[in-house]
Amino acid sequence: MTSDRSKLGFYLLLAPLLLWLVLLIILPHIGLFFVSISEKVGVREYETGLGNYAVFFNEPLYWRTFARTAIMSISTTALTLILGFPIAYYIAKMTRGRTKTTLFLMCLIPFWVSELVRTFGWMILLRETGIVSNALQYLGLTAGPVEFLYNDAAIMVGLVYTSILFMIVPLVTTLDSLDDSMIEAGYDLGGTGVSILREIIIPHAIPGIVSGCIVVFMLSLGNYLTPILLGGKDSLWFTGLIYTQFITRFNWELGSAFGFLLLALSSGIVFVGLKLSRQTLSETMGR
Amino acid sequence: MGTKSGLLTTTVLITAMSVAAANAETLRLLTWGGYAPDDVIEMFEAETGHSVEVTTSNNEEMIAKLRATNGGGFDLAQPSQDRITSAQEEFGIYKPIDMSRVDAEQFIPSMLSATADNTTLDGEVYGLPHVWGTSGLVVNTAEAGDVTDYMDLCDEAVAGRVSYRLKRPTLIGFAYSMGLDPFAAYGDTDSYQAILDEVEQTLIDCKDNVKTYWDGGDEIKNLLRSGEVVAAMAWDTGGWQLNADNPDITFVAPEAGALGWIDTFVLPARGRADDAAYDWINFVMRPDIAAMITNTAGNFTAAVGGDEGVSAELKARYQGSFDQAAIDNIKWYPPVPAGLETLEGAALDRINAAN
Amino acid sequence: MPATPDLQCIELTKDFSDFRAVDQVSFDVPPGSFFSILGPSGCGKTTLLRMIAGFQFPTSGDLKIKGKSMIGVGPNKRPVSMVFQHLALFPMMNIGENVGFGLRQRGVNKTEIKQRVERVLDRVGLPGITERQVSQLSGGQKQRVAIARCMVLEPDVLLLDEPLGALDLKLREHMKIELKSLQSAFNTTFVYITHDQSEALVMSDKIAVMNKGRFDQIGTARELYYDPNSAFVAGFVGDANRFEGKITAVNGDAVTMVTDNGSHLKACTITERVTKGQHVQIFIRPEAIQLTLEAVADADEYTIESVLFNGANSLAILRDPATGDLLNVTLPQTGAFLGLGKGDRVYARWEPEQARCYPGEGR
Repeated sequence: MTSDRSKLGFYLLLAPLLLWLVLLIILPHIGLFFVSISEKVGVREYETGLGNYAVFFNEPLYWRTFARTAIMSISTTALTLILGFPIAYYIAKMTRGRTKTTLFLMCLIPFWVSELVRTFGWMILLRETGIVSNALQYLGLTAGPVEFLYNDAAIMVGLVYTSILFMIVPLVTTLDSLDDSMIEAGYDLGGTGVSILREIIIPHAIPGIVSGCIVVFMLSLGNYLTPILLGGKDSLWFTGLIYTQFITRFNWELGSAFGFLLLALSSGIVFVGLKLSRQTLSETMGR
Repeated sequence: MGTKSGLLTTTVLITAMSVAAANAETLRLLTWGGYAPDDVIEMFEAETGHSVEVTTSNNEEMIAKLRATNGGGFDLAQPSQDRITSAQEEFGIYKPIDMSRVDAEQFIPSMLSATADNTTLDGEVYGLPHVWGTSGLVVNTAEAGDVTDYMDLCDEAVAGRVSYRLKRPTLIGFAYSMGLDPFAAYGDTDSYQAILDEVEQTLIDCKDNVKTYWDGGDEIKNLLRSGEVVAAMAWDTGGWQLNADNPDITFVAPEAGALGWIDTFVLPARGRADDAAYDWINFVMRPDIAAMITNTAGNFTAAVGGDEGVSAELKARYQGSFDQAAIDNIKWYPPVPAGLETLEGAALDRINAAN
Repeated sequence: MPATPDLQCIELTKDFSDFRAVDQVSFDVPPGSFFSILGPSGCGKTTLLRMIAGFQFPTSGDLKIKGKSMIGVGPNKRPVSMVFQHLALFPMMNIGENVGFGLRQRGVNKTEIKQRVERVLDRVGLPGITERQVSQLSGGQKQRVAIARCMVLEPDVLLLDEPLGALDLKLREHMKIELKSLQSAFNTTFVYITHDQSEALVMSDKIAVMNKGRFDQIGTARELYYDPNSAFVAGFVGDANRFEGKITAVNGDAVTMVTDNGSHLKACTITERVTKGQHVQIFIRPEAIQLTLEAVADADEYTIESVLFNGANSLAILRDPATGDLLNVTLPQTGAFLGLGKGDRVYARWEPEQARCYPGEGR
């Protein structure tokens, strides 16, 4: 009797999660998949086939953009890690109490405004008539105005800025859990800063590093606004292509195929990343 | 006398309100920014009792939104007239206009009939004209006075200080500027492809001249205002707005002809508030309301007498950009045949990919 | 001429922003000895140890290891190693990598590291566990691995920061003996800090009792136990009955004191002379009190409040029927006393020399 009841409670508690999974994630993807394997042969006429996927592989623009997006997202992830690690280490190990909270909140400040506003902020800084260009001219470092916007570096800056918090939070959590005496023991046994970082701190922080990297990579890969606004004539982003197919070309079939390819790409790269770092998803995300 | 007329007005108002309240509806309007100013909505709601919810969008998104719901979610939409028949043929997202419920007297007859011709499918009319305008060149005349045609954007003199969109109007504008006639080739896929190939090569060669391809109206206005861009292909209203701040910048009708578009009223297939939709159409086509819309949107309407209440500055800017010859030279977009956009998309992709 | 001390502190002082943690501490530790620093938590012993290890730098004073000043020398350059309170074994490495960590930092080649790691693990009695993970070891094994990880580097001084604190009682008793034998086997100088007096008493050659940043007394376990030179040491080292009161009579070293409750107690002064009417404390060890069932000369009458049976360490708590003062007495494990229970009448006496009187208010 009691066990029946607790079972009912279990299923009732599980229901919202299942509904969320099925209605918001699985069903749309099934729909997307069926759209992606239907080829348009005429007005309101469709056939089932893999033609849309063939289009992707036959058109260099598409797969080059695909590869470009993947490579730039990986670079963004690496850059975010390199920048985020010292910040996280400082917050976790060098500060206490109020200072720690304050610093943590300061990392959050950019997220009080929308992504659009944040990106416009960077546009104001980086544009030819912007603050950085003017400051350089004022200091006499450059003769004329310099354009920092509309290139891949600007995209990277924007993406790192947008995603660095998602690197810092898991890193601070894992680094916080590293007992200070481990680091002291390392020094006591004759270790140098570099060897302690390599042999003690990084191995301990690996789960945080991996989960931070997964989140940042996914965010960068799926970002739409930042690459569109900060990027230049050649700075294509794969999400931009998906948008174009869905909205301006009315080609939902190809757009769906692109969506599935992006899903496969992100899953594949996360899988490889986990394998390389010898982590499992449950270990990394279950913390 | 005064008291009497006041009493009369009140009585009429109360009657009107009670009548309206009997069949008040919510009008879900899918339109462009500036086409439904707040004061117009307030007047409409006071007069008819309907309420209005506005969603602003653009041509592509309007079609995408209606396609996603099979023509539901909105009661009135305003795509450009050249995009109606292909979308209707492909997705069936609109329902025909009931001309008996439209006050046709309020429309400029030539525009009404032209739009009807362009939006007829299987004998049914789907669109009514509302706002019209053009795409052409917005030029900072002090710095790039020599830019008078689309092809001038590729001139050495303005290298790196030029911008346009990577969209179909750019292909068509450049085609005209190169002496081709893309609209005439609309019906013939092969000759249209030949035109596209030529334009594609030109735009690839021109790529180095472009600072960036713009996407949103605010973006191009910022670029022109800051002086980072001195000449661009853009909408007439953008040029006129910038002209108010900086007299050097204005809209220039290109020698090859500005590209003319007409935004329409269409009824989404699964719209629920047709009464409110027809009320709105008949309301905004009144000359006084049309003038209010022109003053906020910056573009003229198809309403008879709609230009009378328009501000003098706007009229002056319009006349500064368009003389009679330029008006006669406007290339009006004919309906886009289904499938044409796929060819254009491929060309645009290749331009984008070229280095 | 005595050998150079392995560790020498000269007026070592550490100030923090709002208080002085270590106050002019001086001591020498001769080579090969087991030196303990005993004190309650917050007395500054951890700060002192961290200064020796190099994690904190003294505000003033000098610190020498084998005669060389360590001021300005980083923890990774000092010939000392430390066993941390929670051992700080690296969970990301196996046992072999843990023990070999220090040798790797010194650039010793791989085969030699392997040999030396195996040899030191053998010496701490854990041969053949190099491939195991830290989490697979028991508490006592971890303890020994932590010591091996330090000893493989052959440090001049091994510092131990209450390493037995986390162990259960039985294992702690066992490890006390084990640590002492490891120390004599390696013949390395150990500096051990603890708040547990029995750890210090059992293992140490010399013990420093630390209180409020200062050393109250340095001596052998025996000296501290039988000859404490301050009220703090007398109270902190070993068990003692403590009474507070006023002096009523002084006769050379011998004094008489009356407690607030009115008990008259005899004692003798150790360090300072006291005068009549002065406030004092006296300490009497439970085993110094003789218990009899019959009244004898100068024994006082008590009733038994309770008996705490603990084998050879059994205690009886006595109450003075007149004043209500309590007295802890070691219960002799002889037949006569076995039947004692609550409410029984007994007589207790002690030699005045065993009751030590120190001037001043109590804690």
